[in-house]
Amino acid sequence: MPRPFSPKIVTANDLIEGDVVYLTADDRWSRSHSEAELLEDEAHATIRLLDAERQQNRIVGAYLADAKAGPNGPEPVHFREAFRSRGPSNYAHGKQVAAGHQ
Amino acid sequence: MYRYDDFDAAFLAERNAQFRAQVERRIDGSLTEDEFKPLRLMNGLYLQLHAYMLRVAIPYGSLDSVKMRKLAELAEKWDKGYGHFTTRQNIQYNWPKLPDVPDMLDSLAEVGMHAIQTSGNTIRNVTSDHFAGAAADEIADPRPYAELIRQWSTDHPEFQFLPRKFKIAITGSPNDRAVTRAHDIGLRMVERDGEPGFEVIVGGGLGRTPMIGKVIRDFLPEGELLPYLEAIVHVYNRYGRRDNKYKARIKITVHEAGLETIRDEVEEAFVQTRADFEGVDERVIARIRERFVTPDFVAGGAEALEEAKADPVFRAWADTNLADHKHPDYAIVTVSLKAHGQTPGDATAEQMRVLADLAERYGHDELRISHQQNVILPHVRKADLATVHAELKRAGLATANVGLASDIIACPGMDYCALATARSIPVATQLAERIDTLRIEHEVGPLQIKISGCINACGHHHVGHIGILGLDRAGVENYQITLGGDATETAAIGERAGPGFAYDEIVPAVERLMLAYLEHRTDEGEGFLETYRRLGAAPFKEALYGPEKRKDAA
Repeated sequence: MPRPFSPKIVTANDLIEGDVVYLTADDRWSRSHSEAELLEDEAHATIRLLDAERQQNRIVGAYLADAKAGPNGPEPVHFREAFRSRGPSNYAHGKQVAAGHQ
Repeated sequence: MYRYDDFDAAFLAERNAQFRAQVERRIDGSLTEDEFKPLRLMNGLYLQLHAYMLRVAIPYGSLDSVKMRKLAELAEKWDKGYGHFTTRQNIQYNWPKLPDVPDMLDSLAEVGMHAIQTSGNTIRNVTSDHFAGAAADEIADPRPYAELIRQWSTDHPEFQFLPRKFKIAITGSPNDRAVTRAHDIGLRMVERDGEPGFEVIVGGGLGRTPMIGKVIRDFLPEGELLPYLEAIVHVYNRYGRRDNKYKARIKITVHEAGLETIRDEVEEAFVQTRADFEGVDERVIARIRERFVTPDFVAGGAEALEEAKADPVFRAWADTNLADHKHPDYAIVTVSLKAHGQTPGDATAEQMRVLADLAERYGHDELRISHQQNVILPHVRKADLATVHAELKRAGLATANVGLASDIIACPGMDYCALATARSIPVATQLAERIDTLRIEHEVGPLQIKISGCINACGHHHVGHIGILGLDRAGVENYQITLGGDATETAAIGERAGPGFAYDEIVPAVERLMLAYLEHRTDEGEGFLETYRRLGAAPFKEALYGPEKRKDAA
């Protein structure tokens, strides 16, 4: 039996700044994980990843990452994605500055 | 310090102009990422977790005040005000933006610095003893040879697409401070019948399959260095496995073919390379030696050191952070970049400028970066040590912990690195803070703790007395401990202690190891590694896992 599909988001790094970006439902690249489009259907996820990979002049290295629905939008499942959504833990640099994380 | 000539300057300018055009074409869409990636990697530009990362070469870890100030300028102008010194004596900038990188490289070129061959399957920056040119135990300064290797390996047409990256380390001392046995080629200077030469070690490396290098030639006359190195890399280039990334390093080639076979092949190739070189390398090294400016040491003033030790803070620092200089009136100062709770190897732009000023005023304008991620002032008069210490203190750079438990090597780990499987920096900072709270490290004495955030082992965990490896176990950070590793001339790979520890369990686990050592050592003269070698892993496993778990782990 095939494994059930776990929800995903499309994420990548911005070509110019290099920072983490997320594909939204309205085809923008957002800096915020919570704005990502949560992809609950495998076929749709595959199409959205192809959409992202076509945007070579804007982003680098698009891939599907596990995510789950939360009260304010999609949340990371794996700790790597949680770090990517925040920034490093040794300095208040990266996304956590704008987002007001600790 | 080696002075670069017009050829170096023209070469860098041309290379930087090429890369500027490549970046422009990437941004305007003419180049895809697949096309651009190998080009940016050839210029030291990575894409990491949160941003691009530029790795700048510091050849054999040697620099002067002008170069250090340039590194500070880059940190301030194009990064977030700091830089990270690495275990390969380089510096990494964690936050550059792609369009700025050509300007950064042009700025570096103004002082003869670059990022060439800091990535890719090429011969990487040659590393060396950070006490080179100053150490009391040195046979000869290894840096002219390191510079010779740098010039030979830079843009060497045969070695731009090796099966995998290739790292060479060189030391001029019998005491190995350059981890030569964990490099693809290690060169250790030795003397035979009064003539200097090299013990050539091949096939060492850490990473997924850690191996201690094997001696392929016990004595190579210094004049035959380059043709012999070329013969080794030539054989590796031909036989190294390109079918499997994880089996592509020369350590696997040597392991699979056997040392004897590789030695025979190398010696055969050497007949040809020696003839091809026609002694050109000997003429080049003579020219390099002329261009190395050696300091004019000033005699006298040594008594000031003993007088300054009346201050207990200075004395504690002098006990740990000074090493013997070849000149009796000088000392080698190691400046710790491991203030308890700070990121190992990070220095702010302001701190870099303080170090540059101190080098200029009190250190014959020389600085070194160590693979232990500290900064060295190799030539300081004993008469000036108290002043230097006071200035370092003002800049937050006077931590007295070199060689002790909190002088931890740590790779960037999952706080920055795209390859990492777990974080290493917060483990290092929390461990150092705990050690500081316990006030234990001076009692424990020399102890090397090394932390890697993945199997690639940039944090040298295999050769730490206590090694820590961060892994992803079913979506949770997990830390494996290895014990008994040794990075010196008696190099050894540490042995896995048993099951790993969770993120919040790893600091207490290491604390238990230190306490077990204090309990079991014969006296203060027996170091952690000696106690481990005498007693084996059993008492340490018991400290980690308790009597029950120890049976499971064994």
